[in-house]
Amino acid sequence: MAKRPASAGSIGGNLPPLSLHVPEPHFRPGDPVDYSWLEIPAAGAAPRPDEACAAADTHPLCFALVRVLDEGHRAVGPWDPALDPETMRRMLRAMALTRAFDDRMYRGQRQGKTSFYMKCTGEEATSVAAAFALADDDMVFPSYRQQGILIARGYPIVEMINQIYSNRADKLKGRQLPIMYSSRAHSFFTISGNLATQYPQAAGWAMASAIKGDTRIAASWVGEGSSSEGDFHAALTFAAVYNAPVIYNLVNNQWAISSFSGFAGAERTTFAARAVGYGVAGLRVDGNDPLAVYAAVRWAANRARSGGGPTLIEHFTYRAEGHSTSDDPSQYRSAQEREEWPLGDPVNRLKQHLIALGEWSEERHAAMDLELAEEVKAATKEAEKNGILGHGLHHPFHTMFEDVFEDLPWHLQEQAEQAIRERRIKWPSWKEYE
Amino acid sequence: MMSQEEAPLSLAKAPTRRLNMIEAINDALDIMMERDPDVVIFGEDVGYFGGVFRATAGLQKKHGKNRVFDTPINECGIIGAAVGMAAYGLRPVPEIQFADYIYPGYDQLVSEAARLRYRSAGEFIAPITVRSPFGGGIFGGQTHSQSPEALFTHVAGLKTVIPSTPHDAKGLLISAIEDNDPVIFFEPKRIYNGPFNGYYDKPVEPWSRHEGSAVPEGYYSIPLGKARTVQEGEALTVLAYGTMIHVAEAVCREKGVDAEIIDLRTLVPIDIEAVEKSVQKTGKCLIVHEATRTCGFGAELSALVQERCFYHLEAPIERVTGFDTPYPHSLEWAYFPGPVRIGEAIDRLLKA
Repeated sequence: MAKRPASAGSIGGNLPPLSLHVPEPHFRPGDPVDYSWLEIPAAGAAPRPDEACAAADTHPLCFALVRVLDEGHRAVGPWDPALDPETMRRMLRAMALTRAFDDRMYRGQRQGKTSFYMKCTGEEATSVAAAFALADDDMVFPSYRQQGILIARGYPIVEMINQIYSNRADKLKGRQLPIMYSSRAHSFFTISGNLATQYPQAAGWAMASAIKGDTRIAASWVGEGSSSEGDFHAALTFAAVYNAPVIYNLVNNQWAISSFSGFAGAERTTFAARAVGYGVAGLRVDGNDPLAVYAAVRWAANRARSGGGPTLIEHFTYRAEGHSTSDDPSQYRSAQEREEWPLGDPVNRLKQHLIALGEWSEERHAAMDLELAEEVKAATKEAEKNGILGHGLHHPFHTMFEDVFEDLPWHLQEQAEQAIRERRIKWPSWKEYE
Repeated sequence: MMSQEEAPLSLAKAPTRRLNMIEAINDALDIMMERDPDVVIFGEDVGYFGGVFRATAGLQKKHGKNRVFDTPINECGIIGAAVGMAAYGLRPVPEIQFADYIYPGYDQLVSEAARLRYRSAGEFIAPITVRSPFGGGIFGGQTHSQSPEALFTHVAGLKTVIPSTPHDAKGLLISAIEDNDPVIFFEPKRIYNGPFNGYYDKPVEPWSRHEGSAVPEGYYSIPLGKARTVQEGEALTVLAYGTMIHVAEAVCREKGVDAEIIDLRTLVPIDIEAVEKSVQKTGKCLIVHEATRTCGFGAELSALVQERCFYHLEAPIERVTGFDTPYPHSLEWAYFPGPVRIGEAIDRLLKA
């Protein structure tokens, strides 16, 4: 080992002491909000490389923002997916239904019908428009705020409500926290409350599809907050190494409960820029622009399906509501943030675009909103016949012990008998219904 | 798919070969890859090279790179990808190079693989077999010697299997791969090449001189959840698994103790009938494992025996385990629950 020269003195001895940098968001409660620091490129400005391009050709786009809808509500530039009005109306309807559903379920939670709910207000495009860009049998590995995918894929909302109420018709047998849906028939993977675990799983599913010579691809979603998990790195590494046909959506809604995106690294670079390090395609998209989201996901889907490998897409958006019904965002962020969000609202932007095209009107929109509210209300009533949380109409008691394993081992058999015995002691007249 | 029942008749007819543990495991993997096109094998160094312990040697060449391949050094990714593959419909058999490295994949095992069936009410399952060499006695220091089985037996939805002979390793591994639930398959690496019996200052016999190395050719399975009576006896019951079977056997032989030795083979679900039957017969119970003591699997065994055999017990249950320290490198044999520690416990039981 080399000896240090004796005359050099202590290294760094005359520098000021180190200090820890703890990120601080731009605004706190009560602060006036000014987004002038936020760089927002013009709609239509971002180039659209060929889907078969080298991953590196997309990397400038990791620092740009793919936008299609401009301030005059026109679709402009090379990313305009040129959707027909009927498709756009269906997309608009799915987003509006998602919003109506969220509103009703949020109220349901406040009325004590269930324990928990999470809205996706303002982020509808990142799931609905993405789902429109995928094939219906492409496998999705969502996080907890992608109810829009199920709605876009036509999953019955009454089934969603049954799940939220954990009632006796809940297909998940009342085992999961509300909104942690699962539907194999809709190629929708069971949602985990442990964040980002779905990311490497999507890589594995996509690898399996490639192993089997399938044509289906996988897509996953993660928030910018949980993109800090090691699972993110595992997923992108595996996807890159095996050139897996998978789309990684990173929904940057600026807030992870009370921690702003700076705690996930946003002060230094964009989230899309991580694609550069992994050598995979990357795109940064206006997440409140449904046409841009659709175009980006379709681009990535075409690329993955033709063997071009994974794409990381950062959807730049804003979480308009609290994290969940258990959260009060007024405690940590300025209420003005939402009002001033410079990229607008995805439902309104698509609506205005259709109106500008002469394919929609305020009257039709208002009528649709009414109709959707009624649809959700009717589904809620239907679901309530099967019970609400904590009101007895849950799944049969013995189901608690089923599906731990394929078969019931002796120790669970014994514990099931114990549970039934306790039940009979507490309620002597109790009978299991089927 | 349930494991087939053991079929002694057909086994007796099947020609056998003398295999060591690694060869038997390799044989099981080969057979399952042959039988089921959905079986895929992956892990660090398992592909071209065939694994650092050679358990997957030759499999990539035979079955192709699509089904046997190397992975990045990322256990979270290995297990996470396995969960996704299982959701697709494959039957992944990932290898974690050393059990000591499994922790980055722990969340994917505990929160994901173990609960997929439950949380999706059966829509998604995780028929994954995680193979991993475990245990010490190879001068592996604290990062190549651990026995973390209790961290998995504690988790609802995981099965844990530990073989002690080549014959059992093959049949149990085939059952584990066929099982539709996630199985942690810990391979006692100290006995990969011979039935090490704890007398570290004496040479280890090769497997070829042990009856457990007679491995039937072709397909056979040993059901999970069934213990094996290694030897019958009257004086006391030894409950053990993996390497410790051979250590207990040697100590009992040396001391001339008429012990009944039960090789649990599967820790979850445990063969409670075999445990009860033996302890109720002998009235004395010695539990042996290499893992650390506090909250080790021996604690669960001890509780089960106490709850179910209390009125048959003639002496306090004895637990012989590793010490509650990290696995020391230079003092390995002072840590290892060897003949002296086991012998003392047997003496206490016999005196009682």
